Amino acid sequence: MRIAVCVKHVPEGPSHLDPSTKRLDRSGEGALNHFDANAVEEALRLKGDSDTEVVAISLGPQKALDSLRKTLAMGADRAVLVSDDAAVGSDLVATSRLLAAALEREEADLVLFGQQASDADGAVLWAAVAERLGLPVVSQAMELAVDGGSVRVKRQTEFGYDTLEAPLPAVVAVSDAINEPRYPSLKGIMGAKKKPQDVLSLGDLGVDAGDVGEAGSRTTVFALGDPPARGDARKIEDDGNAAQAILDFLAEKRLV
Amino acid sequence: MPTLVFLEHHGSELQKGALGVLAKAASLGDVAALIAGPGAKALAAEAGSHGATKVWICEDEGVAQPVPQPRVDVLAQVVEEGGYDTVLFANSVLAADVAAGLAARLDAGLNWDLTDLEQRDGEIIGKRPALQDSVYADVGWTGTPRLALFRAGSFDATPTGGGDPEVAQVSPSYAAHSTAVTLVGQDAEESSGPSIEDADVIVAGGRGLGEPENFALAEELAKALGGAVGATRAVVDAGWYPYSAQIGQTGKMVSPKLYVALGISGAIQHKVGMQSSGTIVAINKDPNAPIFEFSDLGVVGDLHEIVPKLTELIRTRSA
Ligand SMILES: Cc1cc2nc3c(=O)[nH]c(=O)nc-3n(C[C@H](O)[C@H](O)[C@H](O)COP(=O)(O)OP(=O)(O)OC[C@H]3O[C@@H](n4cnc5c(N)ncnc54)[C@H](O)[C@@H]3O)c2cc1C
Ligand SMILES: Nc1ncnc2c1ncn2[C@@H]1O[C@H](COP(=O)(O)O)[C@@H](O)[C@H]1O
Repeated sequence: MRIAVCVKHVPEGPSHLDPSTKRLDRSGEGALNHFDANAVEEALRLKGDSDTEVVAISLGPQKALDSLRKTLAMGADRAVLVSDDAAVGSDLVATSRLLAAALEREEADLVLFGQQASDADGAVLWAAVAERLGLPVVSQAMELAVDGGSVRVKRQTEFGYDTLEAPLPAVVAVSDAINEPRYPSLKGIMGAKKKPQDVLSLGDLGVDAGDVGEAGSRTTVFALGDPPARGDARKIEDDGNAAQAILDFLAEKRLV
Repeated sequence: MPTLVFLEHHGSELQKGALGVLAKAASLGDVAALIAGPGAKALAAEAGSHGATKVWICEDEGVAQPVPQPRVDVLAQVVEEGGYDTVLFANSVLAADVAAGLAARLDAGLNWDLTDLEQRDGEIIGKRPALQDSVYADVGWTGTPRLALFRAGSFDATPTGGGDPEVAQVSPSYAAHSTAVTLVGQDAEESSGPSIEDADVIVAGGRGLGEPENFALAEELAKALGGAVGATRAVVDAGWYPYSAQIGQTGKMVSPKLYVALGISGAIQHKVGMQSSGTIVAINKDPNAPIFEFSDLGVVGDLHEIVPKLTELIRTRSA
């Protein structure tokens, strides 16, 4: 069996938008989107000690290799980075086109996604990718089992819990409650260096530059503004007296 | 802008959020609605009273289950037949997957997490709080159809006083992969335990509590403050606390006078369930936690240190 896991390299710490491009400033330090660690962990759990291959796939700048190396250190077998200047500024339709093209080459039995990208908070990409691949999709999986040729998922919706089943190959997005991701061991980190890491361009995928990046996107940002003012919000650091400070605050607001 | 609104229903109830989006769309121009699933026809009149002049109905076997992909087929067909250039959705687990699937199918732009929509000089502009709501962006589309997902609670589901809508039936055909997912079981929400919806004070716990036993910290503090205990989805799905206590998009919407968040990061999906609380106090050890963006008092620190002391101080004060 082959499991492909889609992972994103996201900015670390507080993010901000570049006022000229109105896009997320990705020039600083980055890290593996922590929601995607759950997807990697789930793939590794399903693999167990079988000969299943786990491939981590990312679309992003060269630096995204750092995040892919982390998935290799956790135990993934192989990494694929799609990186091309023409892809910068891709929105949902463009991103899903590129990822689907990369996934098509893998012919994975199961494609896993994380719950959401912590920078974009879309929690939607899997459904677009599944549509392009012509595969069934199930999102928000909090329990996942592969049995023969199908996958069974339990998930929470606005109305309680559903159990869904789909034939493989399928696309599944996991929730952050599905598992506790492991930390890479020292051995894992050392071993990661020797694992295959492919970097693919648009040409490698046979995707036209006009179909990705800003040219291939269908949404745009007109302007950026400040959030509405929030009155007298306060933030304090605990110096040992935080409990008293909270009580004083509550008393001042007549809440105790 | 001929507009179509995806009206999600469950049993015999249309989702309030979707009715709110419909009412908003009706204030901007002519709007139609699509209701797909068992019992759809009986809900057409309610869609009319919330502003739909036309309602597309699909009760086909293929949309009997609450899964997204057959609904992508139905929508793609209705968008084409009706010539809609704008399709709006109220965010939900189902609607998000339908909207993104449709975006790929039609190669259409999808803007998500919008809180408002307006027309300015013939241009349609969405309001999108971004980066944990630290920036407000005006977003748009470079072509049609335009697709948008609205954040839960963006609009009130106020009847617009519209009359009986025209009703049209859809007879869909499905892509092969669209009908592959089947629902094999469903557990409805169990309504045991005290209701948190009416509580004046809620102390909510998240994964930062560390382990299920530490919910005792939240319970003790709640008791001292005379309040109820809430939880995030992360800890509910992990089995630390019951679903009936979950606050957020897929849980309860609460607005107590005081909301105390313990070890909660403040994800948008949690925020939409509690942001209208009177006063919000958050304790989190990560100074960059998004919850501090919407707390009246943010405390950067270890909840295990602070909460027992706070509970003790409140007890002493009330004694
Ligand atoms: C479609 C969808 C629907 C969803 N619906 C909901 C919903 O209804 N409700 C909901 O809550 N979520 C919902 N979510 C999930 C949501 O996105 C977050 O994953 C979830 O809210 C995170 O829960 P958390 O804050 O407990 O955990 P985390 O995000 O892991 O945050 C834990 C926090 O605790 C802090 N912490 C750790 N240790 C300590 C300590 N000792 N002292 C102080 N602070 C500490 C950490 O700094 C961190 O900020 C939904 C997601 C999706 C995609
Ligand atoms: N650039 C990317 N490369 C690979 N996977 C991604 C990328 N962006 C998002 N994903 C995957 O899609 C999921 C949902 O992302 P989003 O819909 O953007 O919130 C993430 O958890 C990842 O699994």
